[in-house]
Amino acid sequence: MSEVIVVTSGKGGVGKTTTTANVGTGLAMLNKKVVLIDTDIGLRNLDLVLGLENRIVYNLVDVVEGNCRPKQAMIKDKRYSNLYLLPSAQTRDKSSVTPDQMKALTDELRKEFDYIILDCPAGIEQGFQNAIAGADRALLVTTPEVSAIRDADRIIGLLEANETKKRADLIVNRIRMDMVKKGDMMTIEDVQDILAIDLIGAVPDDENIVISTNQGEPLVGSDNLAGQAYMNICRRIVGEEVPFLDLNGKKGVISKLTGLFRKN
Amino acid sequence: MNLFEIFKKKNSGNVAKDRLKLLLVSDRANCSPEIMEQIKNDIINVIKKYMEIDCDGLDIQITQTESDTENGSVPALIANIPIKEVRH
Repeated sequence: MSEVIVVTSGKGGVGKTTTTANVGTGLAMLNKKVVLIDTDIGLRNLDLVLGLENRIVYNLVDVVEGNCRPKQAMIKDKRYSNLYLLPSAQTRDKSSVTPDQMKALTDELRKEFDYIILDCPAGIEQGFQNAIAGADRALLVTTPEVSAIRDADRIIGLLEANETKKRADLIVNRIRMDMVKKGDMMTIEDVQDILAIDLIGAVPDDENIVISTNQGEPLVGSDNLAGQAYMNICRRIVGEEVPFLDLNGKKGVISKLTGLFRKN
Repeated sequence: MNLFEIFKKKNSGNVAKDRLKLLLVSDRANCSPEIMEQIKNDIINVIKKYMEIDCDGLDIQITQTESDTENGSVPALIANIPIKEVRH
């Protein structure tokens, strides 16, 4: 059975596109057939994060307008043959697509893919409505900052108000354990407590993310905390029970002793 | 700020959490500052009929409170209205 998942946040710049790229790649590594759809029309970026920017011929708007078949617009990933990208249009705007058209498209793609993952634009306007229209569930990305959490709360309200009530799971991104330890950053538990939805993953602020984005190769599954955190999210999406990572990493005995963020 | 105050100072993480918790209650209740001001004025007008109150000292806000009937907390409108004199 296939699943349509929207990656959303409300606020911009919290890591939706990075999360989409890594979760999509991770699911492909778990031998799922995956298509990623960039729904941020006018501000195309998922192609860049995946390193596929030079291969775009057709885009999402071409598919919706019937200028090409979905198969013609989908780009096969460089590394995983079961991962595809349906890129967004760069020279159009959000009104080029309607929620009904998006739902029809995702429903058609269900026939062929295990996971259809939508990278949602920031904001709560039409781009957001388009992205959530066909989704079964949402991954809500936030950072431990007041503005990102307030916006995330608004998104939870909008997802609940949607006619097809959508389950949302929380990803707390860009955690800096050094600041958490000093009490100068909200903890994962704080964020979860405020938003009151299930946590599906916590990703540390890791410079490897910047490096992998520079190179256009998602780091999911690689031997660092962020890579492991993303892979764990993917395994939870496919239904495995995975214990939460100790984000304190290999920083020494004292930080290991605290074990504050180890959950079972 | 003396040394004592530095130690007493709340961590900014906790400050953020407390501010957000309060803010989200009113966000969720969909209550803008304008509406709160209207509620406040209406309350003043009703109570004025019966007693003299300190309008400047009046404070209303939406917060969380523990529910008596359901589990967990529910939003509540809390009004603090200082009375100057009860009219007869």
